[in-house]
Amino acid sequence: MTRHLPALIIVIPLLAALFTAGSGWINSKAPFRIAVAALFFSFVCAVLMLIQVVTTGIAMEYRMAGWAGPMGIVYVIDHLSAIVLVVITAVSTLNLVAQKKNIDAEFNDKEGAFNALYVLFTAGLIGMTATGDAFNLYVLLEIVSLSGYALIGLGSRRAPLATLNYLFLGTIGATFYLLGVGYLYIATGTLNMAELATIIPQNMESGVILFAFIICLTGLFVKMAMFPVHGWLPEAYSQATSVSTGLIAPLTTKVTVYIMIRICMTVFTPEYTFGHLDISGFIVLLAIVTIVFGSLSALAQTNVKRMLSYIIIAEVGYMVGGFFLGNRLGISGAILHIINDAAMTLALFLAAGIFIWKTGGESRSDLKGLFAKMPFTMAGFVLAGLSVVGVPPTCGFFSKWYLISGGIQAGNTLFVAALIFSSLVNAVLFFRLFEIAYFEPFADADSHGSNHGSHTHGGALAIKEAPLDMLIPFLIASITLIVLGLYSGTIVTNIIQFAIPTGVI
Amino acid sequence: MPMETVFSVKPFLAVLVSLIAIPCIISSRSQNIRESWTFAAAFIKFALVLSMLPLVLNGGVVEYTVCQIFPNLGIAFRVDAFGMLFALVASSLWIITSIYSIGYMRHLDEHSQTRYFCFFAVALSATIGVAFSANLLTMYLFYEMLSLATYPLVTHHQDKEARSSGRKYLLYILGGSIGFALPAMLITYHFTGTLDFTGHGVMAGHVTSGTALVLTLMFLFGFAKVGIMPMHSWLPAAMVAPTPVSALLHAVAVVKVGAFSVVRVFTGIVGIDLLAEFNIGTVVCVIASFTIIVASLIAMSQDGLKRRLAFSTIAQLSYIILGVGLVTASGMTGGMLHIAMHAFGKITLFFCAGAIFCATGIKNISQMKGIGKRMPITMTAFFIGSLSVIGLPPCGGFISKWYLVLGTLEAGSIPLLVVLLTSSFLNAVYFLPIVYNAFFCSAEDSLFEPERKEPPLYCVVPLVITSICSVILFFFPQPFLNLAKMAATTFLGG
Repeated sequence: MTRHLPALIIVIPLLAALFTAGSGWINSKAPFRIAVAALFFSFVCAVLMLIQVVTTGIAMEYRMAGWAGPMGIVYVIDHLSAIVLVVITAVSTLNLVAQKKNIDAEFNDKEGAFNALYVLFTAGLIGMTATGDAFNLYVLLEIVSLSGYALIGLGSRRAPLATLNYLFLGTIGATFYLLGVGYLYIATGTLNMAELATIIPQNMESGVILFAFIICLTGLFVKMAMFPVHGWLPEAYSQATSVSTGLIAPLTTKVTVYIMIRICMTVFTPEYTFGHLDISGFIVLLAIVTIVFGSLSALAQTNVKRMLSYIIIAEVGYMVGGFFLGNRLGISGAILHIINDAAMTLALFLAAGIFIWKTGGESRSDLKGLFAKMPFTMAGFVLAGLSVVGVPPTCGFFSKWYLISGGIQAGNTLFVAALIFSSLVNAVLFFRLFEIAYFEPFADADSHGSNHGSHTHGGALAIKEAPLDMLIPFLIASITLIVLGLYSGTIVTNIIQFAIPTGVI
Repeated sequence: MPMETVFSVKPFLAVLVSLIAIPCIISSRSQNIRESWTFAAAFIKFALVLSMLPLVLNGGVVEYTVCQIFPNLGIAFRVDAFGMLFALVASSLWIITSIYSIGYMRHLDEHSQTRYFCFFAVALSATIGVAFSANLLTMYLFYEMLSLATYPLVTHHQDKEARSSGRKYLLYILGGSIGFALPAMLITYHFTGTLDFTGHGVMAGHVTSGTALVLTLMFLFGFAKVGIMPMHSWLPAAMVAPTPVSALLHAVAVVKVGAFSVVRVFTGIVGIDLLAEFNIGTVVCVIASFTIIVASLIAMSQDGLKRRLAFSTIAQLSYIILGVGLVTASGMTGGMLHIAMHAFGKITLFFCAGAIFCATGIKNISQMKGIGKRMPITMTAFFIGSLSVIGLPPCGGFISKWYLVLGTLEAGSIPLLVVLLTSSFLNAVYFLPIVYNAFFCSAEDSLFEPERKEPPLYCVVPLVITSICSVILFFFPQPFLNLAKMAATTFLGG
């Protein structure tokens, strides 16, 4: 049984997606139940595999249908993919459960289709993470992209346009990646990642391999919304419905960063990426620009979801920059931030989902008086915000710790400064929201009156919390931020450390 | 003296106890039950701190590790003489402030009192956490926790003024800690590989003099709670808070957490030897002296009583920094002792300011002519508090200032001696006229009717207690003085 986990984790949700689509005609509640069951099953698989990989210290390898590589498709679960799989399945399950009410409201009669897309999207991400085959990765990337376009397109009135924009850029990105894989195949004759890793170091000087590397990376940059190819992201994420953004925002960019790390470390090997090529400095610079640009653009937004989208862009810069610092601390920080940022983004978008559900609006001013109305939701939101700012003991602090340490070790002052700057901007961003939620019903009312007792008599101030089935998953997500923070050292020493080749210091 | 190390959960409990009380405070049905939870937490906290005192006075330390985040760095507590000194001050004054809070908040019928008491409890947890931190990471964690927990307290009134003051507060405090202290901490960790507070610092031998100077200044300005100029202007702004908040947090807990953190970093991370060797101490002294004199001068021009007190606090905090910058035994003893002595004096003054506001609604000094006849007890306490802050006998403030002056003589620095004495003079100039006008003005000049009318009992009792404490501390400064001397000995390595 354990042996087949790498297959089950993707086959079950793929099959479930099929059944979910059909079951909607029979029973309107069935799709949701099947989807949750399948995703939860994947989550259990992921946790079991993580435990096995950590305890044995050996990567799990699974040959699909028994065909050995390089002809057959091999799935490899090592430390890196195991932890990312746990993140994907956990986020996907939690978001689906938390946003049940939003799904019911938005997709009446279309539950079957929506849940099928949702599960398909997750299955694609799982496959991208687990696969050990560069071409198979492309296939799954397209599954993810296509279901992602559909999920986003189901959003607001302007969503189809945003989706079209995303589709154009996303397709270009995916094509670039495919082209890169093609060149790799020409140069090496294989698509199996492990085999590529043995051939590439022997052909370091090959121009074809260099071109393949550059073009793969460019494609991935488009997909993860690095500056200047970020344009599709804010519009797409802010026009989609709450439940779609809750899935797509925490996972898409993070998994793409994972793919980048996988390609650069496992396929092209660190000797090639950091040692042979002299592009790290340029990419870190690009990451710095992304961070600064993302942070500043976030400042200009009044729509909460758009603001969060720009924060995601800045966070992509954190991870890419940290990785291309090329030292152990920076790479650890980047990988840790994949986990932490997924958790933070999930918590933030779940909060946004609750706000939209309760207030109907997604503008900053719709947060008025929410501290008094929904103290628990706001407590969770504050926690998530502080994590993005990087206040201990939330997890955001610790990944930033590694990233900044990596920057110091690499002597890259600019990167350190960009991270600090972005933290400060994030503090402004979130405290601006907290201020509105805390002061607004009061600040205009009677700021000159001396009788403060009168505040309590406002009828609008009675506590009106979000329904429990939204609130509890959300609070779980936000408390996870602290748990992750306190265990970040453990995660790094027991998992991430083994995900980085020993050659990297 | 053999150092006895005891591993005990007590320091962690002392931090946790007020956090545990919060669900009880929130769920209480009546005001009285709610406040009794506050008192229960305050007394247990004080008892826990007190129970570790004998051991610490005998040269022992209490250690406890909550969790290990990095291989050699985690969330850990370590109670030594210096931490004990600060924890004693903070936890004892919390009890008194709680009494005062009840009187003040109920008398003025403030809104959201439950929230107020909750965040007060969080703030106290954070304060004790800072006092007992074993390493810089833990201290930073609690420092930030305090910054965030005090934000709703400072902005309690939720009006426009509170909003802009809150912004200023966050800008300086959070901006300072993220912008300066955090990178300084990481750079230190990069160079030394450890952030544990040791007796002699960890930087020696790892950094050049230039780096050490830059890091020291980053810490000094980054821990903006200490209010060193130009990072001071949040403090007067934060005076919009209800007076009990100003009293405990902005005269005692928050600002002293800043001073404590800076002293802790100077002694435990940078190291006194390094401060002396690279002449960083002198730079620190110059910055502190500037703040002392300028803040005192500004204080003279303030008409709002709380604002005048705020600028006085800014000046007094720099005494503490100055004491450490002197890098002599007496100077450091004086600096650390000043944390305790100034706390009792300044909290009395704030209590008085709040009591006056409670009873008459007056905030400005110019309107307080003749108030002594109306509120004799309050104004007598104010007089005692002023004496303590000026540094005159028979008040505790005299002792710490005595040691500070001795410290300047030991260091052989006449300019710094002049700074201290000038500042004392300025203190007298801006405090004593208030008292003089309150009591000694003719009946025609008096703005008040002669009948006696003190504020509610809950407000008067605390300020009487703290003013008596200020006097007692002159005659019996032992626990604090011994702790400060022990700490100074440890830091100087003698």
